[in-house]
Amino acid sequence: MRPFAFQRPDSLAHAHELTVPEDATAVAGGTNLLDLMKLQVETPERLVDINRLGMTEIQETADGGLRIGALATNTATANDDRVRADYPVLARAILAGATQQLRNRATTGGNLCQRTRCYYFTNIDQPCNKREPGSGCGAIDGIAHLHAVLGTSPSCIATYPGDMAVALSALDATVEIASPDSDERSVPVRDFHLLPGDTPCRDNVLERGEIITAVTLPRPVKAKHLYRKVRERSSYAFALVSVAAIVAVEDGVIARADLAFGGLAHKPWHDARLSELLVGEAPSAALFDKAGDLLLEGARGYGENDFKIPLARRTLAAVMAEATETEI
Amino acid sequence: MSKTITVNGTERPIPSDPRVSLLDFLRENEGLTGTKKGCDHGQCGACTVIVNGMRINSCLTLAAMHDGDSVTTIEGLGTPTSPSPLQVAFVEHDGFQCGYCTPGQICSATAMLDEIAAGFASDASEDLLGEMQASPEEIRERMSGNLCRCGAYANIVTAIREIAQGDA
Repeated sequence: MRPFAFQRPDSLAHAHELTVPEDATAVAGGTNLLDLMKLQVETPERLVDINRLGMTEIQETADGGLRIGALATNTATANDDRVRADYPVLARAILAGATQQLRNRATTGGNLCQRTRCYYFTNIDQPCNKREPGSGCGAIDGIAHLHAVLGTSPSCIATYPGDMAVALSALDATVEIASPDSDERSVPVRDFHLLPGDTPCRDNVLERGEIITAVTLPRPVKAKHLYRKVRERSSYAFALVSVAAIVAVEDGVIARADLAFGGLAHKPWHDARLSELLVGEAPSAALFDKAGDLLLEGARGYGENDFKIPLARRTLAAVMAEATETEI
Repeated sequence: MSKTITVNGTERPIPSDPRVSLLDFLRENEGLTGTKKGCDHGQCGACTVIVNGMRINSCLTLAAMHDGDSVTTIEGLGTPTSPSPLQVAFVEHDGFQCGYCTPGQICSATAMLDEIAAGFASDASEDLLGEMQASPEEIRERMSGNLCRCGAYANIVTAIREIAQGDA
């Protein structure tokens, strides 16, 4: 690990000040960042420990939603009774990720900001446009087993690796961000992560010095919540494909179908057209197949990850079948 | 500001180099070599310790981030003459072969039993809000952050089950 100065701000304003410079990085749980510092993928000259800034509360909001502090641990969130009862897709997604030891350290904000697990990104001897802009992408025409099939660019085919954010996307949660120059801004989680485009070095919309303060969930809805994660071993593995689904059926027709997908893209994938297609229709295998067509119409495999396209189609159908109690 | 960590009940100074992981602090500064360095990347769980009641990977956190915290290592759970119930059960059921992962396994399992008692859910829990059981399936899921390259998993699960059922 390269030498760095360790700094601890005593207020949010102080945290902004310390993290504005390019050579500073904020650390919360640290489970991803410190790993990347050991690999010299991340080489901050100043590490700003924001863990003593509070922001751990999980509180009800005025409009009946839930506000989860940026420094609430993944364990605290997944085991909050309101989350378990009213937002089970979120509890399930968190519990499907990592291990108990990691979830005990991982935080809401840090989890959102975790970096890709692309093997070329984490190996400093390999080309990677995300780590070193302009160096090329090793994964295109390389080992691309875990990589994206939607929203890729000629610069980068990395995936966003997390589970929690996939559930937050299905829930249409909002990320609250404190900015150095203004008070606070809110960004829908669906817009928080970016597609790679020409600037894969940018994972999300955070600007220098900005700090995530909370994630807010809208008022709970009466629906079935499912999180299905397909992976190569049954625990402690990243998703090949995951589906977060909030689905309701009323009088034989689908009344709600909020879906988000992990493992497919540089961000949790949400396609508003799926809900438009599904809502108002009677659930059937043919309908789920049409939803698969729509989801994957722009999909492109890179050899080793070609399997993700049929896998995503089948996982979507399986989740919709379970949620709507339909035989497929 | 306090610049100490309480290790197994004793307050200890934090080293000045901020790069020192909690793991290296325990092993190199404190001489507590029960906590093992396996992968040093949070994948194997050999470095698991209990901080303020929660199990964590000590390799993925800095000592400097823990001033004022209380750490329990395997040395704090039991001694050769006064082993903890889980330590006795691991010996009784051959819950290891080479033993390298064992301190991490036992620290992890100690905290895991508290988590089950507190009603924490896992990916293997059918009902997120129900009473949590220490079934073999639950133990395997909850212990998935602790690898055993010798493959003593069957006996590890048996040892943990024995203590979990004793607690029930």
